[in-house]
Amino acid sequence: MTDVASPTVRVSTRPAESRRDIGIKRRYAAERRFRAYGISAIVIGLFFLAVLVWSVVSKGYTAFQQTTITLPIEFSEKVIDPKNERATDTKQLMTANYPVLVRDALVKQLGIDPKKRPLVKQANDMVSDSVRTQLRDIVVADPSVIGKTIPVTLLADANIDSAFKGQIDLKVEESKRKVKDQQVAWMNQLAEAGVLKKSFNTGIFAFGASSRPEAAGVGVALVGSAYMMLIVLVLSLPIGVAASIYLEEFAPKNRLTDLIEVNINNLAAVPSIVYGLLGLAVFVNFAGMPRSAALVGGFVLTLMTLPTIIIATRAALKAVPPSIRSAALGLGASRMQTIFHHVLPLAMPGILTGTIIGLAHALGETAPLLLIGMVAFVVDYPGSPLEPSTALPVQIYMWANEAERAFVERTSGAIIILLIFLVIMNLGAILLRRRFERRW
Amino acid sequence: MSTSLLLLIIALIGFVAYFAGRARSLAESGNKLATLHSLPGYHGSYVAIGAVLPAVLVLAAWLIASPLYVDSTVRSALPDTVQGQGDAAVQLALGQVKAVATGLNRLDAAEVEAVKTGSANLRETLAAKGVALAGEGEPYMVEAAEQFNTMRGYSRWLMSAAVLLVAVAGGLYAIRNVTTRFRARNQVERVMLGSLVVASSIAILTTIGIIGSMLSEAGRFFSMVSPMEFFFGTVWDPRFAAAGSEGASGQFGLLPLLGGTLYIAFVAMLFAVPIGLFAAIYMAEYASPRLRSIAKPLLEVLAGIPTIVYGFFALVTVGPFLRDISTQLNGLITGNYQNFIQAQSVLTAGIVMGIMLIPFVSSLSDDIITQVPRALRDGSLGLGATRSETVKKVILPAALPGIVGALLLTASRAVGETMIVVLAAGVAARMQLDPFEPMTTVTVKIVHQLTGDLEFTSPQTLVAFALGITLFVITLCLNIYALYIVRKYREQYE
Repeated sequence: MTDVASPTVRVSTRPAESRRDIGIKRRYAAERRFRAYGISAIVIGLFFLAVLVWSVVSKGYTAFQQTTITLPIEFSEKVIDPKNERATDTKQLMTANYPVLVRDALVKQLGIDPKKRPLVKQANDMVSDSVRTQLRDIVVADPSVIGKTIPVTLLADANIDSAFKGQIDLKVEESKRKVKDQQVAWMNQLAEAGVLKKSFNTGIFAFGASSRPEAAGVGVALVGSAYMMLIVLVLSLPIGVAASIYLEEFAPKNRLTDLIEVNINNLAAVPSIVYGLLGLAVFVNFAGMPRSAALVGGFVLTLMTLPTIIIATRAALKAVPPSIRSAALGLGASRMQTIFHHVLPLAMPGILTGTIIGLAHALGETAPLLLIGMVAFVVDYPGSPLEPSTALPVQIYMWANEAERAFVERTSGAIIILLIFLVIMNLGAILLRRRFERRW
Repeated sequence: MSTSLLLLIIALIGFVAYFAGRARSLAESGNKLATLHSLPGYHGSYVAIGAVLPAVLVLAAWLIASPLYVDSTVRSALPDTVQGQGDAAVQLALGQVKAVATGLNRLDAAEVEAVKTGSANLRETLAAKGVALAGEGEPYMVEAAEQFNTMRGYSRWLMSAAVLLVAVAGGLYAIRNVTTRFRARNQVERVMLGSLVVASSIAILTTIGIIGSMLSEAGRFFSMVSPMEFFFGTVWDPRFAAAGSEGASGQFGLLPLLGGTLYIAFVAMLFAVPIGLFAAIYMAEYASPRLRSIAKPLLEVLAGIPTIVYGFFALVTVGPFLRDISTQLNGLITGNYQNFIQAQSVLTAGIVMGIMLIPFVSSLSDDIITQVPRALRDGSLGLGATRSETVKKVILPAALPGIVGALLLTASRAVGETMIVVLAAGVAARMQLDPFEPMTTVTVKIVHQLTGDLEFTSPQTLVAFALGITLFVITLCLNIYALYIVRKYREQYE
């Protein structure tokens, strides 16, 4: 054995874990940060959705309740028709001083001395000005009530309504708020007597435009919107389906169809206000159709919805497998028969889903309607699509511009109604898709 | 005969024609269906089309042509004194004549006589019947109105007769063609194809309508205000002209509006792009299918909410919130409780519009990111990259063109958005850079210039169309470029 010093095998003194630093910690930290960004982006988005919905609902749910005052009204002949002219003069019943009846009834109910003018006026301010038309309508409908005493449910004034719902801060100095201490006392007195109470607000669904918040509702706007949706449905569904069938099934692949294709995709992205300008220039100005009519609004919204429906329908047609077409053609069906008897029914769920989504979009659209004059103060229900009418989103826009506090409540209430309609339509679309969608 | 009644009769004729055609084809075949080329229903449809289609075409042509003809005849019959006063006066007189004509139909014979001899005041008589007349009304108008009424009556009669004749003749002609060998199905299908072509041409017609109407109205505007002044003017002050005064009195500078539009859109994009993009990346690359199936539809709810709701949200919630918080901040820092953010400001409108745009960015980008082929991902992960590195170094560069396209589409939406800015951005047309101050946009001014009473002759009204065509061109360029990019990107990976 030679005593040769064996070359010392140098054992690496470096510990095994300190391999080449590839920054794994740093990289994992970056990974975690990146994930956190993603999660927070989604959370922020959902947070905004929640805030938006909460802000509308919290401001608006009270709009579905309305404070009313039920008073025994004496339809005194002395006030309505002092000279007994109603048989000869038809205007007498229309122009009589009905608010006086309410004032007298209220004064009696509260036990105020009728000679104290300021007190009487304060009491009278508690009921809405709309009692004039309300009582007039009762009397005109049935003149035999004159001379009788009948309990009538009247709308409370918007300020009393807010106060009764607890929306007015009563700690604020009296001179700085619209509801006076005396009125609050009366309000509580009437509430205890069961005369003044909150009930479900049917008025918001029935009334038309009004400058008094308590008498304003979306009834007329709903009718206008319904007319327009009907027109949009009747026009855009057949036209959209026909156009898609041609483009998808028949059109030769050439420059022209390419142009139409680009054109439709572009029309889907044109700002909606441009459609309003088109409607104003072509339908109103050139063709001489009436301004603020639901017909024109329907036409404009149809043009706006068509691209959406065409795109959805083409996707639905494309999703039907070619084997269906081949089978039908092979059995001797013509191309038209193949499409109308076989392809179209199979594509129908997709088409209807697209149509409902397009309609929902059209229902919420405001800007083009502003331009064709639907920003109108419409009190009466439109009898036909040719009469002036307004639409739900336009009504919301008009109320949003009103300064009074009570209108904020009404606006939010109207938005809730609009959103409920949209939710129903979209749920319908989702259900339709779930129920009938086929995967090939 | 009213038009709707006429349409009803045509429909009835068509109905009868259908059954007649069916019956005839069955009779021809001797009830042996196999000998017929087409099913009896096709023969019926063929005859019905033969009856209805030409009649409806004639009706439409008549309805368009006859008012033009009647108008021009009545117009040329107006007295020379009116003709000499220029087009506007003739137009006005014609309008009055038409009003008188409607009124005359409501008067009885004695009243007509009284009006004609001048013993009764025309305007008052008509007003009593609910027809408002713009001017006093002159004797010649009654004559012209009578002529107008008789011509209209004749035209109605002739139209009814012609349309019904065409319907019956068409039906008879078509029914003569029905034989066993007749290719009714091919004929019917040709008509169907024709109607499909007509339907798909509506898309083109809409575009032509948009461009044509806006160009012609904008052309009238540019004849009053020079394009240089409009496109490069820095002052927007349209000054509503008093009724009747002619010519441009205000200044119509586009730049402040365009500045506001782009600024607000920029703020909105600044807000929406990071959130939307990160949400899309997370949902495409990290999220479990369960989370994805909940979060994606919820985010898309934001896109389904009407913009008027966002506008209201900005007006009553976001705007006051920003104003109050700026008051508090200012108070804490300087001790002076004065708000530095206005309730209506670029920031308010930008943030709310940004919220609206989040789902556009996220769902468009999500689609594009998921289209990046699996192999690229697997390759990168297999080489040891973390997921975020894969996203940053491989997927995003691969998806970049598509994402740019998606962002351009979103930007075009931001530029054309109306209701949010109408309620939240303010109306002051100023050129400035402070995001806390109100600014206004092209769309706001279109709405402002066109609500209320308008006359289509003043530059104050017509400027809306010039603004509209500017907006249309901007969004068109953005859209077409974006669609081009997205399309090209799709082809790359398909």
